[in-house]
Amino acid sequence: MTTTTTGTPVGESTGADPASATPRPRRRRGGGGGLGSYVLVRALLILPTVFILVTTVFVVMRATGDPITAALGGRLTPDQLAERIHEAGYDRPVLVQYLEYLGGIVRGDFGTTISDNRPVTEVLATYGAATLELATYALLVAFVVGIPLGMLAGYLRDRVPDAMLRISAILAYATPVFFAGLMLKLVFSVWLGWLPVSGRASTDAEIELQFLDDSTGFYLVDAIRTGDPAIVGDVLEHAVLPALALGLLTAGVFLRLVRTNVIGTLSTDYVVAARSRGVRESRLVRAHAWRPALIPIITVIGLQVAMLLAGAVLTETTFEWKGLGFQLAEYLQARDFVAVQGIVVLMAVIVAVTNFLVDIIAALIDPRVRY
Amino acid sequence: MVAETVVPAGPGTGSPGPVVVPERGRVAWWKRLPVVHQLRQSVGLQRGMLVAGLVITGIFLLTAALAPVLAPYGYSQLRSADGPFGAQQPPSAEHLLGTTFGGYDVLSRVIWGAQTALLVIVVAILASIVLGVLLGLVSGYVGGWADRLLVVLCDAIYAFPSLLLAILMAIVISGGQSSMWGGILAAALSITVVFVPQYFRVTRAEVVRIKGEAFVDSARVLGTPHRRIMFRHVLRNSTRTLPLIVTLNASEAILTLAGLGFLGFGIEPTAAAEWGYDLNKAVSDVTSGIWWTALFPGLAIVLVVLGITLVGESLNDLADPRLRSRRAAAEVSGEVAETSVVPGGTLTAGPGGLDAIEGAGSRSDELAAAPALPDPDAVGLDGRPSGSADDPRDGAPHDETEDRR
Repeated sequence: MTTTTTGTPVGESTGADPASATPRPRRRRGGGGGLGSYVLVRALLILPTVFILVTTVFVVMRATGDPITAALGGRLTPDQLAERIHEAGYDRPVLVQYLEYLGGIVRGDFGTTISDNRPVTEVLATYGAATLELATYALLVAFVVGIPLGMLAGYLRDRVPDAMLRISAILAYATPVFFAGLMLKLVFSVWLGWLPVSGRASTDAEIELQFLDDSTGFYLVDAIRTGDPAIVGDVLEHAVLPALALGLLTAGVFLRLVRTNVIGTLSTDYVVAARSRGVRESRLVRAHAWRPALIPIITVIGLQVAMLLAGAVLTETTFEWKGLGFQLAEYLQARDFVAVQGIVVLMAVIVAVTNFLVDIIAALIDPRVRY
Repeated sequence: MVAETVVPAGPGTGSPGPVVVPERGRVAWWKRLPVVHQLRQSVGLQRGMLVAGLVITGIFLLTAALAPVLAPYGYSQLRSADGPFGAQQPPSAEHLLGTTFGGYDVLSRVIWGAQTALLVIVVAILASIVLGVLLGLVSGYVGGWADRLLVVLCDAIYAFPSLLLAILMAIVISGGQSSMWGGILAAALSITVVFVPQYFRVTRAEVVRIKGEAFVDSARVLGTPHRRIMFRHVLRNSTRTLPLIVTLNASEAILTLAGLGFLGFGIEPTAAAEWGYDLNKAVSDVTSGIWWTALFPGLAIVLVVLGITLVGESLNDLADPRLRSRRAAAEVSGEVAETSVVPGGTLTAGPGGLDAIEGAGSRSDELAAAPALPDPDAVGLDGRPSGSADDPRDGAPHDETEDRR
C-alpha cells in the first residue's frame, strides 16, 4: 500500500508531526496532485456511490412487488387495484420504471406517497429539518462529552478513571438508543416529571411555530425568532432527552476513538522528544497530542452520520420526534414503499455527501490523505 | 510441496528478517487457541475486562442453550393451570419480572430471547463470513474490473446506514413478519447483507497485501495451481483479524436485530421471543409508568452486547501493541504497523477502500508481469519470506514485540 489511509491512527509513521499537518499541497509519488485534483476525483466518486445506492434501493423495493398492492392490498377489490396500478404506471416493464425513477430523481421528483398522497419531496423537506435538528444536538452532546473524556482516558491510561471511562464507553455502545431513551423517559418524564414525555414542542408552542412566516423547520431557530422565551424554553425542554439519548451513545464512540489515538500519539517520537525536554505531561496532551489525535475523528464523523441517521430513526420513534425517522417508521407500518424509498435515498445521499465533505476536510488538515 | 519450501521460517535462514520466533514449538497447542492465547497474554485491567466479557458471554450461551429448562413458562404462553396470567401484572412470586401488555411472562420471554438472539448471531455471522471471505479472496486475488466494481459496491453499501439496509432486506425477505425459523432466517440474512462488505474489505485488503509476498510468487513460479495458492497460501494468511471482527459483529448483530424488532420488523411473539419486539410493545407502558416490561428485555440486550464487546475490545487491544498493557514498563517505539481492527478495519471505510483500489491497480500489473518475467528477488533468493503458511500470525510485524516480552 503506497497511500496512507485517513483513518490510520497517527503516530504510526513519520508524518505525524504537527508541522506537516499544515494544508500545504505536496507532490506525491505515483503522479498524485494537490488538493484540487483530490477534490475533483473524490467528487466524481460520489456519483457512482449514489447511483449504486439508488439502484440497490429500487431493485430491493421492487423485488417485493408493486407499491400499490403492498400498501392497499387488502383494502381494494382486484379491479380497483389493477386500475390504480395502471394509473401509476406500475404495470410497465421494470426497466422503464427504473429509468423514469432515475429521471425523476435528477429533476428532484421522488414521486407521491401512496398512503397520504403527498409529494415525497414535500415530506422530505418538512421532516428533514427535524431530523437535522436532532442530529445537530446529538453531535454537540457527543463532542462536548466524548472528546474531553477521551483525552482524559488516554492520558490516565490503565488507571482507575480510564477503566471507568472505557467501561462507560462500552456501555454506551452496548445500550440500544431506544432502550436508553425509554429509561430516560421513565426516570425524568414519568417518575420525576421534570421533562416532557415526547414530541418536539407542546401543542400551543407547536401551533404558534406553524404559523410563523417562512419557518426554517428548526424549532429552536423559529422559537428564537418568535422572541417568546416561553416557547424557546419549551422547545429546549423537549430536545433534552432525545439529544441526550442519541448524543451520549455517540459520545461513547468518540471517547474510544480519541483515547486510542491519544495513546498512539503520546508514544510517537516527537512527543517523546518533547517529554525529554521537560514538557509537563498535562501540556503534552493539551498542546502536542490532541490535534493529531483529532484527524481520525473527523473521518469517523462521516461514518457516524450514517450511524446517527439510523439512531435517529430509533430515537425519533421512541420520543415521537416528528422527523424523517419517525415518518419512515410510520410509512413502513403503512407499507408505503414510495415514501420509504424516497426517505432512504435521501439518507443515502446525505451520507455520501457527508463522507465527501469529511474527506475534503481531512485532506485539508493532513496532506498525506490526498491521491 | 510448495509449502515445505516455504515453511522453514525460523531463525538461521541467513536473513535479516525481523521476525524472531523463539519458543513457538514449545507452547502447547491449546495455549495458542485464539481466546486462550490472549487470556494468557493479558494482564491487569485488560485481563479483568476479558474475563468479565467471557463470563457474561458464557452465561448468555448457557441461557440460550438451556432456555427450555430455565424459563418458567413458554415464550408464547398466556395462561397456566390456574388461569390466564393477566396483562401488565407487576413482578410477583408467580411472575418474577411481571407480565407484558399482551399477557406474556416477562422473565420467560427474556430467557427465550437469548435463544433467538444466539440463533440469529450464528446464522448471520456464518453466512457473512462464507460470502464475504470468499468474495474478498477471489476478488483480491484475481483483480481486474470485477474486483474494482465489487470494491465500489461494497463501499457504497458500507456507507449506507446499516439499520436501513437491514430494514430493506427484511421487507424483501419476509415482508416484515413470519414464523420462528422464517423470522430468524430473515433477520439473520438482513444482518448478513450489512456484514458482508466488512468481511469482504478486510479479507480483500489482506489478500492484496499477501499476494505480493515473495512466498506467493515462489509458489506461482513452481507451478502451484491458482486454487491451491488462493486457499493454502493466501487465505490462511489472511484470516488473522477475522476473530476480532466476528466478536464485534456478534454484538452488532444483536443491536441490529433489536432495532429491527423495535421498528416492528422482528419476529412475531407467537413464533419466538425477541427483545426488540418486547421493547417496542413497552413504549406505551413506560408512559404510564410500567417499568418492568421495558427494563428487563433492555437489560438483557445491554448485558449480552456488553459481554461480547468486552471480549472483542480486549482481543482488539491485545492485538495492538500500542494499546496492550504491559507487565513491565518496557517502551515500544511508535513505529508499529496498523493492526488494530476497530480504528483501522471497521471504522475507516471510504479511504481504505480507495487505497485498496490503488493497491489493486499496481498489484494486478505485477501479477500480469510475474509469470513471464519472475523477479529474482521475489522468488525468495534474499532469504525467507516474511509470512509462512503455517502460522498466519508470523507475517504480522507486531508479533515480535509480543514474543520478545
